[in-house]
Amino acid sequence: MTTANLVFIVMLIALASYWLGIQRSIKVAGGKQQVKHLVSLPSQYGLLTAFWCGIPAILFLLLWSAIESSVIDAFLIDQVILSADGQVQQNMGLVVNNVKLLAEKITLSEDLSAATELQLQNAQFYILLNEKATLLKTLLTLVIAVGCVSSILAKIKHSFHARNNLERIVSGLLFTCSGIALLTTIGIVMSVLFESIAFFSQVPVTEFLFGTQWSPQIAMRADQVGGSGAFGAIPLFVGTILISTIAMCLAIPVGLMIAIYLSQYATKRIRSIAKPMLEVLAGVPTVVYGFFAALTVAPIIRDFGLLIDLPIAAESALAAGLVMGVMIIPFVSSLSEDAMTAVPVALKEGSLGMGATQSETVKKVILPAAIPGIVGAILLAVSRAIGETMIVVMAAGLAANLTFNPIESVTTVTVQIVSLLKGDQEFDSAKTLAAFALGMMLFITTLALNIAALKIVRKYREQYD
Amino acid sequence: MVDIISAKSLGSNDIKIEGAVGEPFCDDAKMSMRNVDVFYGDNQAIHDISFDLEKNQVTALIGPSGCGKSTFLRCLNRMNDLIPICNVKGSLQLDGEEIYGKQMDPVLLRARVGMVFQKPNPFPKSIYENVAYGPKIHGLATDKAELDEIVETSLIKAGLFNEVKDRLDSPGTGLSGGQQQRLCIARTIAVSPEVILMDEPASALDPIATAVIEELIHELKEKYTIAIVTHSMQQAARVSQKTAYFHLGQLVEMGDTKQIFTNPSHELTENYISGRFG
Repeated sequence: MTTANLVFIVMLIALASYWLGIQRSIKVAGGKQQVKHLVSLPSQYGLLTAFWCGIPAILFLLLWSAIESSVIDAFLIDQVILSADGQVQQNMGLVVNNVKLLAEKITLSEDLSAATELQLQNAQFYILLNEKATLLKTLLTLVIAVGCVSSILAKIKHSFHARNNLERIVSGLLFTCSGIALLTTIGIVMSVLFESIAFFSQVPVTEFLFGTQWSPQIAMRADQVGGSGAFGAIPLFVGTILISTIAMCLAIPVGLMIAIYLSQYATKRIRSIAKPMLEVLAGVPTVVYGFFAALTVAPIIRDFGLLIDLPIAAESALAAGLVMGVMIIPFVSSLSEDAMTAVPVALKEGSLGMGATQSETVKKVILPAAIPGIVGAILLAVSRAIGETMIVVMAAGLAANLTFNPIESVTTVTVQIVSLLKGDQEFDSAKTLAAFALGMMLFITTLALNIAALKIVRKYREQYD
Repeated sequence: MVDIISAKSLGSNDIKIEGAVGEPFCDDAKMSMRNVDVFYGDNQAIHDISFDLEKNQVTALIGPSGCGKSTFLRCLNRMNDLIPICNVKGSLQLDGEEIYGKQMDPVLLRARVGMVFQKPNPFPKSIYENVAYGPKIHGLATDKAELDEIVETSLIKAGLFNEVKDRLDSPGTGLSGGQQQRLCIARTIAVSPEVILMDEPASALDPIATAVIEELIHELKEKYTIAIVTHSMQQAARVSQKTAYFHLGQLVEMGDTKQIFTNPSHELTENYISGRFG
């Protein structure tokens, strides 16, 4: 029986044991009228029974699936060694794979004429092993499921606290879920870290961190023109900083003004219209922003440059930065608005009651009191800007110029990662591995920003009230 | 006069109290209110209230919860403007000027009619900055020395100076509740208002801090006209010269505090101050 089918059957048993648990608890109580004398509700006994049936059985299945193939392989190798002469041992992996392929052919009843007697024998052995393993798995799973159900059913008595047990199981489940998030993060860090280490074994860390040349080509032949790659990440980080700065220069003032207007001045009616509109802005896919930047904003900026006799590149940091700024506005505005709305009304009234105008109140009382929330919002927006890819791919180009001039074409870390990894790649070349080193740098930068944001928010929180 | 049965039916809004009794008006009025109605949307919170705030006197507004005392107080410096659905009708005058008139700038009005709130609400700034806030925005001081002096005298008047003179730079929110409330009073005094409105200024304070605040109110009336909303009848009796009793958004009785508390002429007032309800 396949694992999926087994899981399904275990679920059915769990469902049945839910019902059994309820019936058992009612019987223990001595009839439906007496249920109130139990320490827990019948449905809780039922749920507990179901959990106790399902969880161990499924855990066992998972464990079995994890080790099954390696155990079978070990048996198979033993068999191959026993049945073969010394020369086979040199390419054991190949022989084992051949046996497996043959076994597949046998089960699909394809043409077997090419196989030798010995190979056929091994293949038959492999099929037998698999059959035995599946049978054992099915039996053990069912025994565990049924055994757990009967043991828990036997435990159900007047004084059995199903409620507390259930609570423990639920907290265990919740813990597992949070563990998944944590493990994923660790997994991502590890995968990026190992590839980065491989990269740094080919390119020195100092060259990567402080080099000012970025041209990630690796020579196919020794005499190739321009074949020696340069992996200085400075131009990329400068490009990222330049575009993010342009974006923040637009997003911070506009976002803050929007937040002030919406939280302090706007009437309910205007707020009910403006907030959903901002949410639409936040919901536009970045790809759409990307071609808006490349096809609409960049030409406008270039034409404007022509008007004032300023040659602006068709793909300029300015266009990408401005559109990215627009994209980030909702982040700044909605988080800052929350922070300003959270300032106690008493403070606002205190200021207005002294004869301060609305704008004086905003400037001198509301903004200072909301500053931690606002800084948090800005730092989160910066992380977003640094990580943004699509807009820059489309609007700012791929040329790794080391420049702070916003009307030139620059490129960013994320864009280079994309261009390094697209298409077929060989994972032993520095060109491919460079993407992981860049990814790790990016990860460290945004992580540091996020930690700083959290620290600031925590440090200044609740200074008022 | 209302009979005792309808007086017991608190919460129903249908009893109409015929004209306030007592002496709601005076010759030396700082503020005078005539036929004031206040609406929250369609809901009428204040019904046809008329009385005067006498100059350099403390007027206490008392009455059961929800009777409109705070609403009325907040009309006097147009704090109710902040509530969009709030609508004020009738005539409210400060020295003969119409508060809700077209000529009146609510920002300047609030500088003349200051307010102290129920819960101490110092700004999250230093003690000095809290008091200097008003003078700064109104440009009352031309240089730092003058500002220092305003801050010092305001703190002295609020009876807080000796306790905080060594730590004017520490945050105002770090003071105790009673000190915070006196800081708020100092802040209000600093812009030299003519009238101070106090909305249950001592309700969040312990008895000792309350006594200090009451003593302060007593001194402040030499310079300012004060209106105070309070739930404590002892406090009203201790600090005020005039008392107005509100009931269901209407003014039932107003007169000298001594007379109201010893010999009320309206049955509702008597029931309230003798603790039969409220």
